[in-house]
Amino acid sequence: MTRGYLLLEDGTVFRGMSVAAGGAAFGEAVFTTAMSGYQETVTDPSYEEQLVCFTAPMIGNYGVADSRDESSRPHAKAVLMRRCGGLEWASWLRERGVVALEELDTRSLVLRLRDSGAMRAVVVADETELAVDDALAAVREQPDMAGRDLVGQVSPSEPYVHTEIGDVRVALVDYGTKRSILRRLEAAGAAVTVYPHSVDADELASYDGVLLANGPGDPEPLRDEVEQITKLLGRTQVLGICLGHQLLGLATGHETYKLPFGHRGANHPVLERRTGRVLVTSQNHGFAVKPSENEEVAYVSLYDGTVEGLDFPDLCARSVQFHPEASPGTHDAYPILERWIDDIRAGAA
Amino acid sequence: MPARRDISSICVIGSGPIVIGQACEFDYAGCQALKVLREDGYRTIVVNSNPATIMTDPGFADRTYIEPLDLEGVADVLRRERPDALLPTLGGQTALNLAIELDDAGILEELGVELLGARVDVIRRAEDRLLFRDAVQSCGLIVPESRVVTSLDELDGIDLPVVIRPAFTLGGHGGGFAETDEQLRAQVARGLRESPISQVLVEESVRGWDEFELEVIRDRNDNVVIVCSIENLDPMGIHTGDSVTVAPQMTLPDEAYQELRDAAVAVVRAVGVETGGSNIQFARSRETGEIRVIEMNPRVSRSSALASKATGYPIAKVAAKLAVGYTLDEIPNDLTKTTPASFEPTLDYVVVKFPRFAFEKFPGADTTLGTQMKSVGESMGIGRTFSEAYLKAFGSRELDAGLPTPWPSLYEMPDDVHPWFHGQLADAIVELESGDIWRAKRAGWGDDAIASRLGTTAPELRARRLAEGIRPSYRRVDSCAGEVEAGSNYYYSTWGEADEPLPPATRPRVVIIGSGPNRIGQGIEFDYCCVHAVQTFRRLGYEAIMVNCNPETVSTDYDTSDRLYFEPLSPEEVLAVLDREQPVGVVTQFGGQTPLRLASWIEGAGYKIMGTPHVAIDLAEDRERFGALARELGIRCPPWATVDGIEQARDAAEEIGYPVLVRPSYVLGGRAMRVCYDDDALEEAMAAVSGPVLVDRFIENAIEIDVDALCDGDDVFIGAVMQHVEEAGVHSGDSACVLPAQSLTLANALEVEHVVRRLGPALGVVGLLNIQLAVADSMVYVLEANPRASRTVPFASKATGINLVEAACRLAAGEKLSDLGLEMPRLTEVSVKAAVLPFARFPGSDPVLGPEMRSTGEVMASAADLPTAFAKAERAAGRPLPTSGTVFLSVRDSDKASVAPVAAALAGLGFTLVATVGTARVLRAAGLTVEEVAKVADASDAEQTVVDLVQEGRCDLIVNTPQGSGARADGYRIREAAITARVPCITTIAGAAAAVHAIANARAETALSLQERIGIGA
Repeated sequence: MTRGYLLLEDGTVFRGMSVAAGGAAFGEAVFTTAMSGYQETVTDPSYEEQLVCFTAPMIGNYGVADSRDESSRPHAKAVLMRRCGGLEWASWLRERGVVALEELDTRSLVLRLRDSGAMRAVVVADETELAVDDALAAVREQPDMAGRDLVGQVSPSEPYVHTEIGDVRVALVDYGTKRSILRRLEAAGAAVTVYPHSVDADELASYDGVLLANGPGDPEPLRDEVEQITKLLGRTQVLGICLGHQLLGLATGHETYKLPFGHRGANHPVLERRTGRVLVTSQNHGFAVKPSENEEVAYVSLYDGTVEGLDFPDLCARSVQFHPEASPGTHDAYPILERWIDDIRAGAA
Repeated sequence: MPARRDISSICVIGSGPIVIGQACEFDYAGCQALKVLREDGYRTIVVNSNPATIMTDPGFADRTYIEPLDLEGVADVLRRERPDALLPTLGGQTALNLAIELDDAGILEELGVELLGARVDVIRRAEDRLLFRDAVQSCGLIVPESRVVTSLDELDGIDLPVVIRPAFTLGGHGGGFAETDEQLRAQVARGLRESPISQVLVEESVRGWDEFELEVIRDRNDNVVIVCSIENLDPMGIHTGDSVTVAPQMTLPDEAYQELRDAAVAVVRAVGVETGGSNIQFARSRETGEIRVIEMNPRVSRSSALASKATGYPIAKVAAKLAVGYTLDEIPNDLTKTTPASFEPTLDYVVVKFPRFAFEKFPGADTTLGTQMKSVGESMGIGRTFSEAYLKAFGSRELDAGLPTPWPSLYEMPDDVHPWFHGQLADAIVELESGDIWRAKRAGWGDDAIASRLGTTAPELRARRLAEGIRPSYRRVDSCAGEVEAGSNYYYSTWGEADEPLPPATRPRVVIIGSGPNRIGQGIEFDYCCVHAVQTFRRLGYEAIMVNCNPETVSTDYDTSDRLYFEPLSPEEVLAVLDREQPVGVVTQFGGQTPLRLASWIEGAGYKIMGTPHVAIDLAEDRERFGALARELGIRCPPWATVDGIEQARDAAEEIGYPVLVRPSYVLGGRAMRVCYDDDALEEAMAAVSGPVLVDRFIENAIEIDVDALCDGDDVFIGAVMQHVEEAGVHSGDSACVLPAQSLTLANALEVEHVVRRLGPALGVVGLLNIQLAVADSMVYVLEANPRASRTVPFASKATGINLVEAACRLAAGEKLSDLGLEMPRLTEVSVKAAVLPFARFPGSDPVLGPEMRSTGEVMASAADLPTAFAKAERAAGRPLPTSGTVFLSVRDSDKASVAPVAAALAGLGFTLVATVGTARVLRAAGLTVEEVAKVADASDAEQTVVDLVQEGRCDLIVNTPQGSGARADGYRIREAAITARVPCITTIAGAAAAVHAIANARAETALSLQERIGIGA
């Protein structure tokens, strides 16, 4: 094992032991508080260009399984752990070129990120290969996450049919979707076709419903995508998840902004205003729709009052900032996806 | 929804005496509940028979009733107080069962009392095996295949192996495994007897499957959160209370964990627990992933106390608020203040719990672990990695070397533990073997283990480590893994990370050392004392800092102290806390023996012990020096000698004269103490001990007196003079005890006082002092002096209304007795403390009282006269005295002279007398009519023995005093039968006399609150 380090753009260094791939990984340092589901997290395309720190101290305990991949490859560029709990996990990361450190003071890192916000950073697997001073200069040359359009890197180039079986025809716009969203749609009885992020509204309008999926980066630069959504609204049923929710927000005149350190975890309480009930949700987002008292705000974070969901009955559009498909996380919000399909089915009948 | 205003007064039921399966976690729960209910403006009434609880402190509720927790006792209180509602979900199985009894008896309806937290039908659905199975199946889940059995005739066609679970018993009491037909019949018979509704479940055995528990909270809006997942290292088949457990779960992937979470939520809804905390246990096959729902507690449980301490999420507090109408999103998270309780805690550390066993107290008992809980306490360790938490919890058990216990080895785990845990321990051992102090520390090894690896001593290793700057750092428990800023005051140590700094000191700091895991001889009484010490020092203007490792207690509620360090109570951890806190003083006199063992380390490191200095302890415990002091003061002690080996012992016994009491020095709870009447017994006793041993003359036919006093170094205040019901020779912790002392002559009483007044200042006591004395033939002997808080302090404080711990703390802080203005109240009532013994848990061990303490807890009862108080105390202890029927008597030869008056009194009360040959002869000679039964050992197959009588339910009271080893076989079988059939069995003549006096003279008396008894306004 070699000694490596994480360097934040403010110059803070956290040392650790490298357990996976060599080299240096640049990206935005973020943390997730989910206690299980490390493989799902690392393969979630929303973590593109990020260095993810797990607050749970023992990561990798139960090995790996292909069925837990949320996409075809890891998207997090580095993994930061207090302790790597299994060799299988370390090998999995190494084989996929992911830099990973253990024995890192993760709690101190979390407190730093919480107080100072998510930061540009680099994880260096071998401290002898890149000096901290040189690394710092390189970190400061990296682009900021705010303003970054990353969906092109993770969206498919061509449309494809995920499943033809189902009585409700759904198009999923893949800004970086998790496989679990597809699985949940399938389970709810939808026939699903997947489209690249650049798909035209007219192509989508013919479907019974369009799901705007999750994805990485800042929603704000995605002008073309927002324009297509604007054109689409009112012509079919729309459900946005995570980035898809933020894009729906932009398309309906809301503004988005970057959260100081984001919401990433599996325990975030969200108030469903319609019912007054609380959902414990799975979350992974660094940007959010600006808070407002507007009636269309259907879900609110009980942590910080941020907008967690929108509902536009007149436009047949709704969205959630959290992840109803879970994986990892609680199944409290499963019904949101199911209800959407049911509502489409009921409307079509 | 805000709090309900249609109810204004609420009665909370506690869990009674500490027994195996139900310990101080319910005091913790009750305290939290009372606190929040009062804050919300409700009038609170509490009923609990256990005086050593904080919840029964007069300031905790508007009305406090220390009354028996039986139908009659609680109904009395309800009739008197007429509360609007009853909250039974915080007092364990005892409170839940009482709620059902009160409902069955129509009392709740009669008085218009609403049940909060769980409706009766919900309790039944969770507790009745059949109803529970239906509820679980209704949500598509599986319980192990099972059959409800109410008689032995219903066992045909059952596939073995099976597990037998009696309905409505706590801690799985009366349950077991069966692999053969014979075992099946025996286990079912036992289970039927133990179950209050004579119902057992015979079910498919999932022995060997992995076991998980989820702590669930639901509110009236149907919001459900999982507070904590707990994984048992011991697989299914070992009671979770006896299992080593870890939180959060370590080995399940997310999809498997979510499956359990979904199942838990579904079960809570199906059973219909509307508000509050529940605990659900699952078995999961490691190979196939199949899940079985094992059981559910629709109430706050031992596991929820553990989960609360593990996560910082106060389940009982939240449950109480939910019960009065709040919803989860309306309750703030205690630790962050800014976020709501409607979330699931996320941990950035690992928590391990170890059970603490006491098999050494029950020689002969079966030590195999099974579905029936046998541990008496627990320790918890928090670390950043599994191995760190594991090693902390392991060491926190405070085991004496060589004692029999499961998980004896630091370097090995049982084979059937999940391989992942084996792997983690193996990795940690590699770090230890590296010989690198830093690496070993980082893996969680204590100074002791590292020192022994490096061939040095712990103090030397410590010095070297400090010289190299290797020190622990401290982390906060904040329930949210740092995501939200939390001003939490709850810390644990780890190595190689940044410190979370202390808030600047505004007041001088005092560190109070707790008492560690509950064990026999050191239980909740000492936690009671520590909590009072914390409260007092806070009131006196200090920052009070608590160090302890027992997750069940009130002292480890972060709400209790200014700062809580959840740490092992060994020198390195305690000194590290002191180094960080830099206190003006350390308080060691309230946590029993545990802090005293640290005293020399503490003083050696330059910290000041507040109150009684360590030299006083040494003086009291060093027999030579104490003997010299007593001689100097003209205080009589029984003749004694210190010996090493049987030769010296025999010589000493000859000189002193038999009978003698043999015991190792420095013990609490009478560990390995024996009374010997002859050389043979002495030889046997000496074989069981090693090192220096004390041999004392055993004073026969003495009255034993226990005194709790305060001393400021010069003056002494006598807080309580108590008399033991059983004679000297029965450990003071097991003996019933009466306040005020009933049979001291005025002259003896004055001499007792005089002795205490001289001893206190001579020992240099500043704080509490406990002295045990024996009075025989008008001579007063000092048996023992303990310059620290004793087991009787809570009882004495509640009986007299004087808060002895508060006074002791003020003395320790420098005040004088004359500043305190204490006045001994004239007691108009008699209070009795009775011990509760766990014999039923340890079949195979002789259920007889002796010099070694074996009780787990105690109850208190007060009344205008002794018989009434005594009868009530026996009721509270779960041994209600019969008022008519058949009594069996069989006493040893030395008691034959004194048995006749007892028997005559019983005959006079209309009891039928039955006795074995020898005893019958004595009774007939006294002119009594007596039926004779054969001795068990002598009986032919056709002959009736007392064991048959007991088993057939034809015996209502047993008086059986043991006679050395000769009568052991016979007496043992009688006593064991009595325990199993729950027939009161008295093993001393003094105890029998007190019982008869109580049967004859007890009167009905209405319940009185503590506030009324000791004249404290609410």
